[in-house]
Amino acid sequence: MATTTDPAPVRPARVRGPAQDVAGLGIGRALGFVAPALLLIGAFLVFPAVWTIYIGITNYRLTGVEAVSPSIVGLSNYTKALNDALFHNALWLTLLFVLGSAIIGQNILGFALAWTMRRARPAVRRTVEGLVLLAWILPSTVVAYLWVAFFDRDTGTLNSILGEQGTAWLIEYPMVCLVLFNTWRGTAFSMMLYSSALQAVPPSQLESARMVGASGWQTLRDVVFPHIRGHVLTNTLLISLWTANDFSPFLLTKGGPNHESETVPVYIYNVALQGGELGYSSAISFLLLIANLLVALLYLRLLRRRA
Amino acid sequence: MRRISRLTPPALLSAAALVLLTGCLGASDDAGDQDANRNADATKVELTLGSNSVKGGKNSAGATFTQDVLIPKFVEAQKAKGVDVTVKFQGDGSDDEVYKQKLSLDLSNKSGPDLINIDGIWVGEFAQAGYIKPLTDTVGDAAKVDDWDGWKQIPESVQQLGVFEGKRYGVPGGTDGRVLYFNKKLFQQAGLPADWQPKSWDEIIQAGQQLKKLSGVTPIQINAGTAMGEATSMQGVLPLLVGTGATINTDGKWLGDSPQVRQVLEFYKQIYSTGLGDPVLQREAKGRDKSFAEFAANKIGILLEGDYFWRSVVEPKEGVAKMADRDAVVGYAQIPAVKAGAGIKGQDFVSMSGGGAVAINPNTKFPQQAWELLQFMNSAEMVEAGLNGAAKITQRSDVNAKVLAGDPMLNFVASEVLRNTQYRPGLAEYPKVSAALQQATADVVGGKSVEDAAKAYQTAVEAAAGSKDKVSSN
Repeated sequence: MATTTDPAPVRPARVRGPAQDVAGLGIGRALGFVAPALLLIGAFLVFPAVWTIYIGITNYRLTGVEAVSPSIVGLSNYTKALNDALFHNALWLTLLFVLGSAIIGQNILGFALAWTMRRARPAVRRTVEGLVLLAWILPSTVVAYLWVAFFDRDTGTLNSILGEQGTAWLIEYPMVCLVLFNTWRGTAFSMMLYSSALQAVPPSQLESARMVGASGWQTLRDVVFPHIRGHVLTNTLLISLWTANDFSPFLLTKGGPNHESETVPVYIYNVALQGGELGYSSAISFLLLIANLLVALLYLRLLRRRA
Repeated sequence: MRRISRLTPPALLSAAALVLLTGCLGASDDAGDQDANRNADATKVELTLGSNSVKGGKNSAGATFTQDVLIPKFVEAQKAKGVDVTVKFQGDGSDDEVYKQKLSLDLSNKSGPDLINIDGIWVGEFAQAGYIKPLTDTVGDAAKVDDWDGWKQIPESVQQLGVFEGKRYGVPGGTDGRVLYFNKKLFQQAGLPADWQPKSWDEIIQAGQQLKKLSGVTPIQINAGTAMGEATSMQGVLPLLVGTGATINTDGKWLGDSPQVRQVLEFYKQIYSTGLGDPVLQREAKGRDKSFAEFAANKIGILLEGDYFWRSVVEPKEGVAKMADRDAVVGYAQIPAVKAGAGIKGQDFVSMSGGGAVAINPNTKFPQQAWELLQFMNSAEMVEAGLNGAAKITQRSDVNAKVLAGDPMLNFVASEVLRNTQYRPGLAEYPKVSAALQQATADVVGGKSVEDAAKAYQTAVEAAAGSKDKVSSN
């Protein structure tokens, strides 16, 4: 219908230039170009998300009667989550994990490394970067098992360094172990990001700060930080989201002992696959997604305010 | 035009998602009854046998026997009948919970092995989900299943492992019993008798206190906590509970916060808050395996375990924590009731038993041939061959009579312990109730009061049972 009142330009494909928009290509051809991406996004992103939301309002289970004939139970999975002490526990632990290992640990250590390496000789710098990056490159399962071995009560490196046998670190201080593990693993990424960010700080400004006798802290706060503020926000957003969704706590502690290190992703796994409650776990997954979106929005708002 | 073009992609996307969604919803419909005689006359047959065992790993002996003896013999027997059979063994070496997830996922997609080994307590859940069907449905022709001569050799109580709501879903593969193991070396050092047989829980505690005087020794190991999973229920809470005279499910009601549950938790408290047991071990992910290793290294005095411990853990040649001097060092005693006569049915001694069953996947292409394989597996000849000289309590009385005589420990279980034993209820809620029991012991070992742990347990059982009416808390 639209074509009769709005005649298409003759042979539009031949026309080149920046002014040529999608509509000019013709809707069919435009769709043709984006179809593969749309299909992939639809199949692997939109559909699972919609499906999860749907499952989240049913009592679908892996075994038992509800496996064959799940019924819609409305929002009862969500009200259950509100009253579920173990879910609250998981939320709290996830927050601790993100705060401790990402926002504080990886950020500060990563920045410190980048700052120290800034004026190191290239050979030293490359070696340090290479070593730190190793932690980032190794598969998380490998890293997790290294840390399990490190913390082991009887044969662990930590106990033999301390010369004291008998502390089961992963049992007695599971969250501390997880924060250390994730800090170590993710610091490389922050360091690389901050290394490149620091190159954007004009040397002349650093020089003048030095000349007026600014302390190291003053230089950082008044000269360096304003230049890398965007990087800090972006980095914090990325690593917070990764950490909140990270499943590797499972590899170290399985969420134990007694739920003491059960972050939300691990809780979702335990509910879904150990308990077979697919409906309830889908509802929690959706809650986690919403929480992630809120965090992302908050950071975007902060970034925009700066711009 | 422009407005339409902007709206089209999301609209198409939603439509696509909707199509996929409804497609998947439709897929959960039941395929309906299938012809039990499908492919009955096929001359080329393929079967898969799934089991949570793997050569060189979990239940290695079983996997080795199945692959090296059972399958070739079956293939040979079928060849004589002019049928070309290929049997694939689909082994697994995971934790039981993980194996169960994998199976459930397979079966919910109407795939999975043709013959499946499952734990007796899953039968109810799997049956309710329609993942397995009564043998008479899958194989058809009721008479053929019920007339199998093997049933006569399998005691009624053992058959229950494969039964749900009065129907046979699978053929059981043997049973077991639980005892208190003790280390005679340590007992001697502590001045305790080599023929120890406690008659009450107090006597276990007393022995523990004697053992506590030895350095580097954990006196008592009774599984607790969630990390050990079902091992906590089977080798801990449930045998103790029947020792107080209660069962976890009586007349369709689950046992909630009750004097008996508190009594059991009190016993745990007594062990784990006074240094008689190692609370850290109960919280480790591989705690049970570690406890095995410690027992084998003469570091644990008393340990509650099934006969599996004797034949697969401390077994001198093949065990996972071999004890070359097992027969001389490892003693065993019946588990006493809280005090003489206080156990279930007025018993002095108690035990719990479990076991698995093999069921036929209702979606198999070859139901008749699968049933033939199942009968073949459970023939006296194959059951005996499967033991490969070792002693084990099998499902078949005729085989037991023959093979158990040579092993005093297993003979003890078969003749004394099984007389006093109980089975877990094969109900769909059981795994959740069991998890609640594990949590209650975890709470107590972690320092909570018995009262708080029991109250939390009550809440969990009510949630598991679905309503307060299904829980008794006298």
